[in-house]
Amino acid sequence: MKTEQPELVAVEDGVRVIPGANTIITSVDRIVNWGRSSSLWPMTFGLACCAIEMMAAGAAHLDLDRFGIIFRASPRQSDCMIVAGTVTMKMAPVVRKVYDQMPEPRYVIAMGSCACSGGIFKTYSTVQGVDEIVPVDVYIPGCPPRPEALIDGLLKLQQLIKKEEFTWSRWA
Amino acid sequence: MEPVGITGTDTRRELTLNMGPQHPATHGVLRLTLDLDGEMVVKCTPHVGYLHRGIEKLAESRTYQGVMPLTDRLDYVASVGNNIGYCLAVERLFGIEAPERAQYLRTIVFEMSRICSHLLWLATHALDIGAMTVFLYCFREREWLLDIFETICGARLTVSYPRIGGVLQDMEPEVLESLDAFTRMFPGKILEYETLIDKNRIWLQRTQGVGVIPAKEAIRWGLTGPTLRGSGVSYDLRRDAPYDAYDRVEFDVPIGKNGDVYDRYRCRMEELRQSNRIIQQCLAALPAGDILAHDAPDLDMPLAGKKELVPEMSLGNASIGFGDAVPVAPKGEIYSAVEVPKGELGFYLMSDGTGNPCRMRVRAPSYVHAGALAKMCEGAFIADVIAVIGSIDIVMGECDR
Repeated sequence: MKTEQPELVAVEDGVRVIPGANTIITSVDRIVNWGRSSSLWPMTFGLACCAIEMMAAGAAHLDLDRFGIIFRASPRQSDCMIVAGTVTMKMAPVVRKVYDQMPEPRYVIAMGSCACSGGIFKTYSTVQGVDEIVPVDVYIPGCPPRPEALIDGLLKLQQLIKKEEFTWSRWA
Repeated sequence: MEPVGITGTDTRRELTLNMGPQHPATHGVLRLTLDLDGEMVVKCTPHVGYLHRGIEKLAESRTYQGVMPLTDRLDYVASVGNNIGYCLAVERLFGIEAPERAQYLRTIVFEMSRICSHLLWLATHALDIGAMTVFLYCFREREWLLDIFETICGARLTVSYPRIGGVLQDMEPEVLESLDAFTRMFPGKILEYETLIDKNRIWLQRTQGVGVIPAKEAIRWGLTGPTLRGSGVSYDLRRDAPYDAYDRVEFDVPIGKNGDVYDRYRCRMEELRQSNRIIQQCLAALPAGDILAHDAPDLDMPLAGKKELVPEMSLGNASIGFGDAVPVAPKGEIYSAVEVPKGELGFYLMSDGTGNPCRMRVRAPSYVHAGALAKMCEGAFIADVIAVIGSIDIVMGECDR
C-alpha cells in the first residue's frame, strides 16, 4: 500500500509544519534562539539617572513584561545586564564582578551616554564608557534615553540573539 | 574574668555582612556594611562614593549657564529643584530677580517635580517592603507629569527648564489646562494609594516603630526635609525662607510625631496634597508678563567686549573657550538653599569675577541622611534596614556628586 507523503508547509523562513500532525520541523538554532530572545531576564542594576527611565519602562505605562522581559534581582538568574548610568572608577570592579557572576550566554546593554562613552562626565572619576570593562552588545544613546529607546534597544538585542548559531552546543 | 567570644560561655558571633553597592533595594549604589548579631544590626556603616562623577569640579570649568545641565544630574528624580536652587544662588550673586510670572512658573514646576519625586519614592519604598501594586499605580500618575515636562522643555527627567533670571519658555495654555486637569484628578489618586497601604497590617508592622530617630537626634545629625519633619520638627525652607512665589501661596507643613518610618511616610503623603494645593493656587494666580529678567546678564556667552572664539588646547582635549575672559560676575561668595523633596539643598558659590564659578559646593541632603543611617539602623532587624533606607529617600547622584 502506498502511503502518501505529507506535504510540509513553510510558515516562516526555516520553519515548516506538517499539517494535521501538530508537528514543526526546524533547526535547533531556531528553537533555542526563539526561547532565549523571548525570555530575556535583565538584572535590576540601576546606577544613576537612566535607572529611573529603566524603571519607567518596566512599569505599567510601557510594560516590558509583554516582551517576556522580567527584571531579576540576582545576577545568577539573569542573562542580560542593562548598565543604566554612569560607571565610576570605584564602581567598575563591581560591575565586572556582577558580569562575571552571570551565567552564559549573557548580554550587555549600555544604556545612556554615560555607559556608552562617559557622556558629559569627562572627569578623573568616571569610566569613559562601560565597554572598557565589559563587552557591550547594544548601545542606547541619550541622556537619559526615553523608555521607548530602551525598548528599541532590547528589541535590537532580540534580533541579535535570533541570528546566533550553535550557541547551544558544548563545542561552539 | 568572664570568658567571652565563641570559645567561652558567651556564644554570640558577630557577622559582618556587605550590602550593596549592587543591591536592588539600596536605591542606586549605596553600600552598607552591617555588623550583625543574629538578625540584629549592631553597627551599620554607610560607604559612599560609588557614583562620584566630579560634578563640583566640572562646574569650575563651565560658564554659569553651562553648569545647569550638571545640576540636573544631582538629584535626577527631581531635577527642577536642583536647577532652581542653582539659579537662585547665581541670581543672588548677580543681584537680579526673576519676573513675577517666571517665579510662579518656577513654583509650579518645582512642585511638579516634588510630586514626581515623592511618587517615585512611594513606588520604590513600597516595592522594597513588598507592595508591587503601588509601584505600578505611582508610575501611572508620574507619566502624566513627565509628559508635561516634555511639552515645556523637551526632556522628561533632566529638564533644565529654569534659567538664570527666569525660565526657558512660557507654558502654552494647553499645558496649563492639562496641569489643571491633573490637579483635579490627583487628590483622588492619593486616596487610592492610601487605601492600598495605609491600613495594611503588613505595612504598619514593617514601618511603625522602625528606624526611630527622636527630634533632638535628628537635628544633631543635620537631617532636613520630610526625614526631619517626621520627627516632629517643623522646618521647611519654603515657609521659613521663602523664594520664588512661595510667600504668596498658602500651604501647611505636615509634621510627624514619633520619627519612625511610618511618620516619614505620612509626612510625604501629606506633602503630595500640599504640593497639589500649591500648584492649584499658582495656576489660579498666574500673572501675565515677562519670563526672563531684562537685567539678566548674558551669562551663557560671557562675551562683553570680546571679539572672537578661540580654541583652547591646554586641557588636552580641544574645546572652544573664550580667549581673554572679561570679568562678568561680581566677586564674592554666596550660599543659597532651597527645599527640594529630599530636604535642604544648598549651593555655595565662590566667584572670582570671571565667567566661571571659582568653586561650587553642593550641600546635598542625601549625603547627610546617609550618615544618619548608622544611627537609625542601630538595633534594628536586618529586614528593617531596607525600610529605613527607603524612608530617608536617598539619591546617590546627589549624595556622591
